[in-house]
Amino acid sequence: MESSHPGGLTATMRNFSRNRMGMVGLAMLLLAIALAVFAPVIAPYDPAKPPRATIMDIYLPPSAEHPFGTDDAGQDVLTNFLYGARVSLMVGFFASFIAVAIGGVMGLSAGFIGGRTDNILMRFTDIMLVIPDLPLAVVIVALTKPSLWVIVLVIGLLGWTSTARLIRSQTLSVKQRRFVTRARAVGAGNFYIIRRHILPLVLPLLVVNTVLVISLAILNESTLSFLGLGDPTAPSWGQMLNFAFTRGAMSAGGWWALLAPGIGIVWVVLACTLIGQGLEQVLNPRLASHNLSSTKQMILRPPRTQSQHAPQAPDQA
Amino acid sequence: MASPLVAVRNLRTLFPVGAHSVFRAPATFVHAVDDVTFDIDEGEALALVGESGCGKSTLALTLLGLERPTTGSIDFAGQEMTALKGSELKAARRNMQMIFQDPYESLNPLMRVGEIVAEPLIVHKLANARSDREARVRAALEAAGLKPPEVYLERYPYQLSGGQRQRVAIAAALVLEPRLLLADEPVSMLDVSIRAEIINLLAELKQTRKISILFITHDLGTVTAVADRIAVMYLGRIVELGRTADVLTQPRHPYTKALLSVTPAPNPRLRKERIILKGETPDPTRLPGGCRFAPRCPVAQPLCLASDPPLTALETGHTAACHFG
Repeated sequence: MESSHPGGLTATMRNFSRNRMGMVGLAMLLLAIALAVFAPVIAPYDPAKPPRATIMDIYLPPSAEHPFGTDDAGQDVLTNFLYGARVSLMVGFFASFIAVAIGGVMGLSAGFIGGRTDNILMRFTDIMLVIPDLPLAVVIVALTKPSLWVIVLVIGLLGWTSTARLIRSQTLSVKQRRFVTRARAVGAGNFYIIRRHILPLVLPLLVVNTVLVISLAILNESTLSFLGLGDPTAPSWGQMLNFAFTRGAMSAGGWWALLAPGIGIVWVVLACTLIGQGLEQVLNPRLASHNLSSTKQMILRPPRTQSQHAPQAPDQA
Repeated sequence: MASPLVAVRNLRTLFPVGAHSVFRAPATFVHAVDDVTFDIDEGEALALVGESGCGKSTLALTLLGLERPTTGSIDFAGQEMTALKGSELKAARRNMQMIFQDPYESLNPLMRVGEIVAEPLIVHKLANARSDREARVRAALEAAGLKPPEVYLERYPYQLSGGQRQRVAIAAALVLEPRLLLADEPVSMLDVSIRAEIINLLAELKQTRKISILFITHDLGTVTAVADRIAVMYLGRIVELGRTADVLTQPRHPYTKALLSVTPAPNPRLRKERIILKGETPDPTRLPGGCRFAPRCPVAQPLCLASDPPLTALETGHTAACHFG
């Protein structure tokens, strides 16, 4: 696409690339993903190797040999941190994918079909919304065999409500627009209208929401793992925190065992929040310059797309 | 004479108002279109004039099948539109295309002009070969006055002026080569300087392609160039119907007279005395018992409040719904 309308996904992404905080968030997230992907290359030790733990290896402070120190089992914290990133990010992405898929379908159908369908779907969403996610998740995970996929499923199945509400409201507003009536007048069917007219205008919002749901999913997974409900075969950051917390890291002075996973979680959640906020500013330019912002932006800089066409604009008639 | 392309008989579209459910029938209705009867011949343009809220747009949407009529019949090219469903209705819509009032809202901002104009072909699975489709899109753009079409194909609506956008909407309507064009206030959102161009374009399409046009407007000043006949609508009902020249020069219904008297004349010295209507249009859920124009009519008599005048023929092809017309 060489040019596109300000409301579309391509243009949203291009404008996003000029949002400083958003780009910082994106860089942070990409770094975390890179660390997770290249964990086997970067990690100084093999996590699969059984620890040859003696009393001398437990809670060793950071050193050249163990840059982040060692944990309660004498394992290298950096290695666990890198492999833990894989688990945390994977759970975050898969769970949010499930949540956004369900929420998107629910929101689109509720908003587009309307009437009784809307009522039923939204009442169901309301019920899901008022049930406290975490206690329910704890109960479900506790009742099943602890496995990564159960956690992914639980977080995904409990986390779609906000997406459904958001997508429904956007669908409702897009549905009312004249070009949808025009498409109907032309003779287009519902499926065509959703695909061609509604979805493209809902998509940018869905992307923003996905980013925020990812951070929420990672946070939820950490919480569950911290409470001891994680998959013991796939230690995540939350589980590292759990081990360090329950096995006396603080009393042994091993703060590094808590710090590394804690920073990891904060890092990814902050990255997602920054990206989400950046995208939101791009989609809703009014947020960018309110009266309390430090720099005065009485006139918003026109997006580059428009200045490209500006010279030829006046003589089109 | 051949049978008309469109024959609307006693059409009525009511909207329920207020809370209602399966258990409780709605108590009141908005009489958006209330007992409307008219014909449009092949290649004829009928102007539908009336103030906002009188049911003009609802009438157009009902013709298209986007609103279900409560009672009445719509005969379109020999087919009873109100009985059609699903694919039959879709097929019938191919011959009946609509142009909307607001060209800024009626075009999807994320679609290129080429895509917008090709959309009806895609929806109806016509001209499936790529080259064939492109040729028809180009032809439609040219017919709508967007020349050369190559310039516009790749543009987005926000890169076009209001007049150009309305031409795109017209091109998208023309690409199916419809027999009836429903133009719902096609110029009211445009600059005055561009209105004449769009109206002339519609008049030209009627001439060269023999397309029938239902031209909906609230502005009597824009109808003369296109319309063969004028139907004046008030509160969901046609109150006067006749040839353009007859209605404009010898209006018979007091509402038409009032509308005409406030239409700006090119020569300010010729300006007649204006008839300014008092009050508001009555609430369409609670219509007055007699003539629905009576509460605002400058010449209303006791009879008008008592009985509703039917649409009666005054001379050939000129009817009005007034006791004293």
